[in-house]
Amino acid sequence: MTSPTNVSSRRAQTITLSHLLNQLLPLVGVLVLFGLWWLISISGVVNPVLLPTPWKTIATLFQALFTGTMVIDFGATVLRTFSAFLMAALVGVPIGVALGSSEKLYRSVEFLIDFFRSTPASALIPMFILFFGVSDLSKIVIAAFSAFLLIVFNSAYGVIHAKQSRILAAKVMGANRWRIFKDVLLMESLPQTFIGLRSGISIALVIVIVAEMFIGTEKGLGKRIIDAQQVLNVQDMYASILITGLLGYGLNVLFLVIQKRVVHWSGN
Amino acid sequence: MMLDSAPSTIEPPEHFVSVKGLCKSFDNAVLYDNFDLDLVNNQLVSVFGPNGCGKSTLINMMSGLTPFNGGEIRIHGKPIRRARVGYVFQNYRDAMLPWLSAYDNIAYPLRVKGLPERECRDRVEKLIATFNIQLDLKRYPYSFSGGQQQLISIMRALVADPEVLFLDEPFSALDFETTLFVRDKLQEIFIATQIPMFMVVHNLEEAVFLADTILLLSKRPTRLVEMVSFAAPRPRTLETLSSAEFIEVSRYCLEIFRQEMRK
Repeated sequence: MTSPTNVSSRRAQTITLSHLLNQLLPLVGVLVLFGLWWLISISGVVNPVLLPTPWKTIATLFQALFTGTMVIDFGATVLRTFSAFLMAALVGVPIGVALGSSEKLYRSVEFLIDFFRSTPASALIPMFILFFGVSDLSKIVIAAFSAFLLIVFNSAYGVIHAKQSRILAAKVMGANRWRIFKDVLLMESLPQTFIGLRSGISIALVIVIVAEMFIGTEKGLGKRIIDAQQVLNVQDMYASILITGLLGYGLNVLFLVIQKRVVHWSGN
Repeated sequence: MMLDSAPSTIEPPEHFVSVKGLCKSFDNAVLYDNFDLDLVNNQLVSVFGPNGCGKSTLINMMSGLTPFNGGEIRIHGKPIRRARVGYVFQNYRDAMLPWLSAYDNIAYPLRVKGLPERECRDRVEKLIATFNIQLDLKRYPYSFSGGQQQLISIMRALVADPEVLFLDEPFSALDFETTLFVRDKLQEIFIATQIPMFMVVHNLEEAVFLADTILLLSKRPTRLVEMVSFAAPRPRTLETLSSAEFIEVSRYCLEIFRQEMRK
């Protein structure tokens, strides 16, 4: 015999189960990719020297992380990325906000910013090598430069598109220009600034990896990937690519979390 | 006014707003040409007119938000920048500062004036106690309902002890039920404080219901067609809406409005 409570609790169970399944949806793509990868690697279509199975790659990843040198390379890349990002943010946000608060100023440099934003940063690497040599600083500066452009542009944009009504509200409450700038414009620009910061750290990582590959260095994931490829250590190459991807993804999530906390009003 | 810390002994001028020879054009369109207006003190005045006749521009010029080309506007006999004005915006969502709590939003005008933190707190607390606002003001504005947000923005406009309160379509972003609530609260505030109010409204019934005087404006270039008095006793309730006096005044205003539209 089934009592009504039983039915409803069973229904509740079904609901939580379907809820759980919904939560697992993002994993579907991952499983499909790994499945395809595995099928191709064992099918013999591709030379197994070029494509190890996913399990072998993941095993290599763990081995390299816990017993090998990957942590050192990982740390070096993270350190460079954050140094570049910090430089870019410390310079970029104030300049962006300043540019945004004067329309004439912004319009006079808009073309320049757009031009360099559209120029692939990797194209500038040789130029940066001329000025900064092949040092660590060189890699950081070029990554910082790319991140800076994104941050400046977004901060300025945030200030320019501040809600006019909030500026008027502050004005009618007696706020002077400085207070309007500090209490309204700056705060209004924050959601857009965070978009800039998030894109900034992503591009910083991209450029750091490229710079590590082409400028050369002792440590770093970019260097590790290219070295592994040169000596056909494909398992390590794939493992390094995976960890680089995880790093990029992690940085993005980290910034999304910070953004949600700081700019709590955005989207509300 | 009841929140006034130092009541003045000087007799106030009899007009809370006087406009003389006001001129305002946008690009080549003349909006106001030699416009005069005197508003009797201690009244709630509402403005009604056809779309684009410059109601909002008028209220923005009076509150000092929009510059004008010529003429003079005085508030209680003083130039605008020396008067204390409160302003309630149509769109509360875009007028609140969402990064500040509701409490900090209300206190903002006091902080701008550089009042000590203690006094800010006392004045905000006194204000919300006076009007029996039972909201958790530590929350952010966007976490409140529309009506509550508009109420918070009315509190913000009142906190610095204004000599006149401007309201630009304060109900137009609210649904019907909330409008009734905010309208009642506004009337309660008006009765308690006697602050003169100047309110732009977008429907005729709204214009008549709370007002002592209804200003009817023409199409551009904007003239004052008529000032209509409505003297029903306060507090006005839902019964007021069905009173003969209300119906008569509304009908009269509508008649004038339609004549204007035909011109």
